[in-house]
Amino acid sequence: MTAQLATRRAAQSHIEALRLESPFHPRLAALSQQNDWYSWAGYKAPHSLWDEEMEYFAIRSQTAVFDISPMVKYRIEGPGAEAFCNRLTLRNVAKLKPGKVQYTAWCDDEGHVLDDGTLFRLSATRFRLCCQERHLPWLLDSAIGFDVSVSEETEVIAGLAVQGPTSCAVLKDAGFTGVETMKPFDIRVFPFSGTGVTISRTGFTGDLGYELFVDATAALPLWDHLFAAGRLRGIRAIGYTALNRARIETGFIVANADFVTAEHAVRADRVRMPDEIGLDWMVDLDKPYFNGRRAIERARRDGTLKHVLVGLEIEGNVPAEHAIVYHRKTKEAGLVTAAIWSPTGKRNIAIASLERPYGTRIVDDLWVEIYALRELRYQKLMKRAKIVERPFVKLARRTLTPPGDF
Amino acid sequence: MTSSETFDVIVIGGGHNGLVAATVLAKAGRKVLLVEADAELGGPARTEEFFPGYRASTAHVLNRLHPEVVKALNLDMNALLLPPPPLTPPRKGEGNSETLATPSPLRGGVRGGGGANLAPTALLSPHRDPIILSGGWGEAIDGDVSETEKRAWLAMRAQLVRYAAILKPFLARLPPGLEGMPLSEMLGVGGAALALKRLGTEDMRDFLRMMLMNVHDVAEEHLSSNLLKGFVAFEAVLGSHLGPRSPTSLLGLYYRLTGEMAGVAGGQVVPRGGMGAVVVAIRKAAEAAGASIRTHAEVSRILVEKGAAAGVRLADGTELRARAVVSAINPRTTLVDLVGADELDTGVVRKALAIRMKGNVAKLHLALSAVPAFRAPREALAGRLVIAPSSEAVESAFNPAKYGEFSPEPAMEIVLPSLSDPSLAPAGGCVLSANIQFAPYDLKGGWEAGKPAFLAAIMAVLERHAPGIGALVQHAELLTPADIEARYRMPGGHWHHGELQVDQMLVNRPFFGAERYATPIDGLWLAGSGSHPGGGISGVPGLNAARAVLGRRSA
Repeated sequence: MTAQLATRRAAQSHIEALRLESPFHPRLAALSQQNDWYSWAGYKAPHSLWDEEMEYFAIRSQTAVFDISPMVKYRIEGPGAEAFCNRLTLRNVAKLKPGKVQYTAWCDDEGHVLDDGTLFRLSATRFRLCCQERHLPWLLDSAIGFDVSVSEETEVIAGLAVQGPTSCAVLKDAGFTGVETMKPFDIRVFPFSGTGVTISRTGFTGDLGYELFVDATAALPLWDHLFAAGRLRGIRAIGYTALNRARIETGFIVANADFVTAEHAVRADRVRMPDEIGLDWMVDLDKPYFNGRRAIERARRDGTLKHVLVGLEIEGNVPAEHAIVYHRKTKEAGLVTAAIWSPTGKRNIAIASLERPYGTRIVDDLWVEIYALRELRYQKLMKRAKIVERPFVKLARRTLTPPGDF
Repeated sequence: MTSSETFDVIVIGGGHNGLVAATVLAKAGRKVLLVEADAELGGPARTEEFFPGYRASTAHVLNRLHPEVVKALNLDMNALLLPPPPLTPPRKGEGNSETLATPSPLRGGVRGGGGANLAPTALLSPHRDPIILSGGWGEAIDGDVSETEKRAWLAMRAQLVRYAAILKPFLARLPPGLEGMPLSEMLGVGGAALALKRLGTEDMRDFLRMMLMNVHDVAEEHLSSNLLKGFVAFEAVLGSHLGPRSPTSLLGLYYRLTGEMAGVAGGQVVPRGGMGAVVVAIRKAAEAAGASIRTHAEVSRILVEKGAAAGVRLADGTELRARAVVSAINPRTTLVDLVGADELDTGVVRKALAIRMKGNVAKLHLALSAVPAFRAPREALAGRLVIAPSSEAVESAFNPAKYGEFSPEPAMEIVLPSLSDPSLAPAGGCVLSANIQFAPYDLKGGWEAGKPAFLAAIMAVLERHAPGIGALVQHAELLTPADIEARYRMPGGHWHHGELQVDQMLVNRPFFGAERYATPIDGLWLAGSGSHPGGGISGVPGLNAARAVLGRRSA
């Protein structure tokens, strides 16, 4: 190997690590009995650690800890940060007070959704944007004309979702005094390990829960501290499969699962406007201009919106994952993007993308065709589907303040 | 502070396109205000004194003022096109005042009517007599050139003019629309298709073959004279960041040939009174139509309310309100600086910032104490002089520009406007006005350091072609692209407000999404050279934009 080649190889060492390891990986790896990993934004992340059923019930009845470090995070800072975020995203950021979180989404010029995510307002002039996909070029180009700096901080900030009925108690036991006074979407910084931990009352489970962010260097101490504090309250680490069930019950959508993001869509008709994926409520026409606004207004005016996202309740107990939705059992009306038997709701639920007017004007006589594989033979089931409200499961403890002390 | 007066339309920028747009809109009964940041109208087309008694305009040859603009504005072209007065300046810088006895064979005999007023082009060489092209882009060829080569020239010229005529509906008139065109425009495009069909199979094949070729190869196919090849090469790349061998460079020549003067394709005129006289003529038309004109009025912001243009704010804070705003300045400045990113989609900002617009032409004005001794007959001196010894020489001049250096042996086009209009120089004196190529906007080391060296290089070329010219220089003004940018508020100092290359033409001019003069902002229109079809004193972008505002068919 020539010296030049060696230098080049050394600068490209990341190529050899096909999957990055999160700052919490040593703990996850030690707990992983399944050794079942998937790739989340280039990181090694667990599908399941020990038992996906038990992991799900950890969310609903104990405290579940889910590593969210692979979530893409951007630091947005400067006097123009609010104006920048307001032009970037659909919701009104002027209404987002420091110390609060907004669930939001952002679009390209054509009004097609680039991603959804959470916008943390850490101070008057500093934000953190958390999302599924990488957007740095888009964010940097969107920063032109604004007094703001944007940088990616995915690798330097570690994150943990701590979710479940006992989560508040665990955090109190961990010494984060006053955490019980936090309302949903509140952010607060607590002292920890010199660097502090930023806690928000947010989550992807529809349950009582929090998300904790620390410098990656403080990741393992935080993990150990939490697990020590939560031992008697049933703290358990979980993988994505369990989380996915909880999020479907809550009716949350996942980019590139329930819709294809604009920059990922290869086929021209796969992109979606906010109104087509149930995010129309975010579009705030009373705020100043934002990316995609003209296109969204035009589509609404001209009636060119083609799809709609709905929640379905399906008879029976067989999950209708990726089933075709029919009207009157014959006419194709759409596709189920996510479906489970809801252990908490005790019903068969699904999120589906329908082609208008199905789901808007025509809402009855809908069916799903489920192919259940039973010992090498498909059992075709045509099941009645009813459009129902999301969330499918609504838990009072999600918003109750102060939360119950279990 | 808000002015109580409101207008139907505010036109930003008093260049020729802004003036044309303002005139057309005022003629249609709109209450129009044109605001110009400078003290004077016209931008680089204005005639200004660059040394006591010496006047020149940065744009110095009129070769594409569109007949529909002339008609729409009712311009009196005779005032601009009258044959120049008998030449009184001395011959070849000898200092006496010998009068030309015989009428020019170069100006007569080509065709009657307007063609008689067209200026010839002389291709200079230090060692021999020039080749002289007259009529519409060398309809007649004369001078030190063989009969065989003359025939070759005329055949190539005829072919290029024929092909340019097919492109004319696109390159000189309407930009095609991708999202539905009115029937009248469809017919125009259909007409071009018919014209193409009428070429005949072989000619059509050649037309298509040549479309994106480079001009060097085309010249090589037809010509053997280095001077002629150099001229064709120079003509094609003048004003762009292309060398003759760069792919698609032939398109620049087609663009040139879609222009016409006095009804003659490729015709050119050195206007009396400098290009400023054209500006004055259009200004008069604007005022006669009832448009108000305000100079010293720099726009600092285009007011946007609920996604629609609502007027402008001036640098002094005055707010002027209007139902529509027509911006006849640079498209990037209009959108990114005056509208602002906060009213635009990120993709639009991206596209506006991605327009390539770094100028490559410097402008030289010399105040001379006598007519320089170029080796060319008197009649030719009053036209256009080109120094481009060969296509290779133009290519070599381009090479350093790719790396941010100026040409040590620049190619140039020279006009002595005071020969057509003695009032532009003191008695006995002479103005030399030249476009010098290549002078990259981003000169390595900066223009402050580079300018004296570049001027010396230019003067060395001039001295070879007009011995003794250096001693005649009373004053030299060299405008680099950076100077042109500062003086005329043209970003990059680019003639066209955006490179006129294939990827920035037609539906991609200034960028896709703003190609039909409308912008994403309701009621904000683009009317400058940055829009289709491009730069040069044509008035077409201004006319088309005004018609778009009025909801009428484009030129």
